[in-house]
Amino acid sequence: MDMLQTNVQTEITTAAQADIAVSVSNVSKNYGDVEALRDLSLEFPRGQLTSLLGPSGCGKTTLLKIIAGLLDPTSGDVLVDGKAVTGPGPDRAFVFQDFALLPWASVMRNVAFGLELRGVAKSEREAIAEKYIANVGLSGFEKSYPHELSGGMRQRVGLARALSVDADVLLMDEPFSAVDEQTRRKFQEDLLSLVANENKTFIFVTHSIEEAVYVSDQIAILLPRPSRVSDIIRPTGLREKDMLTIRRDPEYLDIVDEIWASLRSYVE
Amino acid sequence: MKLFGVRLPAMSSLLIWGLLWELIGRAEFSFFVPPLSQVFSTLFEIFGTKAFQSALYETAYAFISGVFFAIVIGIPTGIFMGKNRLLDELLLPWVNIFLSAPLTALVPVLMVLFGFGMKSIIITTTLFAIWIIILNARAGVLQINRSLVEMATSFGASPWDAFTKVYVWAALPEILGGVRIGVIRAVKGVIIGQLLISIAGFGALFELYSANFLMSHFWAVLIVLFGLAFTISEFLAYLERRVSYYAAKR
Repeated sequence: MDMLQTNVQTEITTAAQADIAVSVSNVSKNYGDVEALRDLSLEFPRGQLTSLLGPSGCGKTTLLKIIAGLLDPTSGDVLVDGKAVTGPGPDRAFVFQDFALLPWASVMRNVAFGLELRGVAKSEREAIAEKYIANVGLSGFEKSYPHELSGGMRQRVGLARALSVDADVLLMDEPFSAVDEQTRRKFQEDLLSLVANENKTFIFVTHSIEEAVYVSDQIAILLPRPSRVSDIIRPTGLREKDMLTIRRDPEYLDIVDEIWASLRSYVE
Repeated sequence: MKLFGVRLPAMSSLLIWGLLWELIGRAEFSFFVPPLSQVFSTLFEIFGTKAFQSALYETAYAFISGVFFAIVIGIPTGIFMGKNRLLDELLLPWVNIFLSAPLTALVPVLMVLFGFGMKSIIITTTLFAIWIIILNARAGVLQINRSLVEMATSFGASPWDAFTKVYVWAALPEILGGVRIGVIRAVKGVIIGQLLISIAGFGALFELYSANFLMSHFWAVLIVLFGLAFTISEFLAYLERRVSYYAAKR
């Protein structure tokens, strides 16, 4: 085999695909007679945050769970880093809407649980967990139990657990919908710095238009019955803005209006 | 409860009933009810006797073995029924039938199958306890939050990890509740077994004392039995309270 040629070829392919971390092609999902997703294709650029936005019942969580490998598509493929998804894998980590914490385990064990399942030794995984507990601002709560924490703190535990397994892709299923408004705003700001600082790909399901526009590099609008991608919006100027002034930015306001105009007829 | 502003310790009402028993016994209403004080002095008398000690040993042996098998077989069966639809469809009707069936009527069949010895008594005890343990473990698994299971799966849990690190713990409050009720039923099972299969253990003592109208002996053994059952049940209730902090928030 000609090594040089192969190398060149690989480089070209890599260059062409370098910015796509996750690619979903022609995915359909049926539940019996019900079509949840039909022939859906979407690409998720590396290092960026893509929101899946749409009215309830539009299959955005279904799509997320298919990417996670928790659900099998009826047809179609999901590629993560060029490899086909056949089930859950260490390249992806999931943040759950209802936090999904072990209620009988301390914050430390919960954060380290992903590593525990991967067979990482106790002292090593606790050192890693310690770091991420500090990162999400929960230092001092290592020995607390979930029922002793507020909703926002519980989701920080869920986030630290997903970060500590160091997956390339973070899948977030309406992660802020179960916390109060002020906590949510703080979370959104934290998420922006997370996207900027961690070199990870974020896939973020939300039903809030404002939230999607605020946090996203790319917004995929999904329309229901059966679900398909109706539009992809890429806010261009918002990333460079100060996170405190984004909500006053004309581009932000325009995009929010535009999305609402396209969605309103689907909301009953 | 409070009386005249003084907090009464738990189960103070037993004192009143004990006093009533003593009075009825002293009034000599019936030979069937000797005074409570006499029952207790008999209790201390027979406590050291060989007959009592071997009866206690035999009963405890049958009881502990029976409960052991009920737990070791019942909990995994219940968990697998909760996880596996097919297994559930196959076994649930039988579990429900045996839970409500008059098991005493089955004891003669067990005697034919397993003989007149300890084996049959242990099986009887297990049969009394196991069904509610299965049903509760199953109910515990069925109420597990879907997203906890998805969480374990998404972080790559093996089936064994999911079983030992998520299912068992998430269902623990229900499992302990089932074990507590199962243990109480096992007390019934062991005594019925000892009365019907072979006159052994406490069953033999009951038979002996009641046949000879030794009522204070009879009551003394009964009190010991109640005491043991109550202690075990309270211990399990204590374990249940230990996990109650998360039972409501799964």
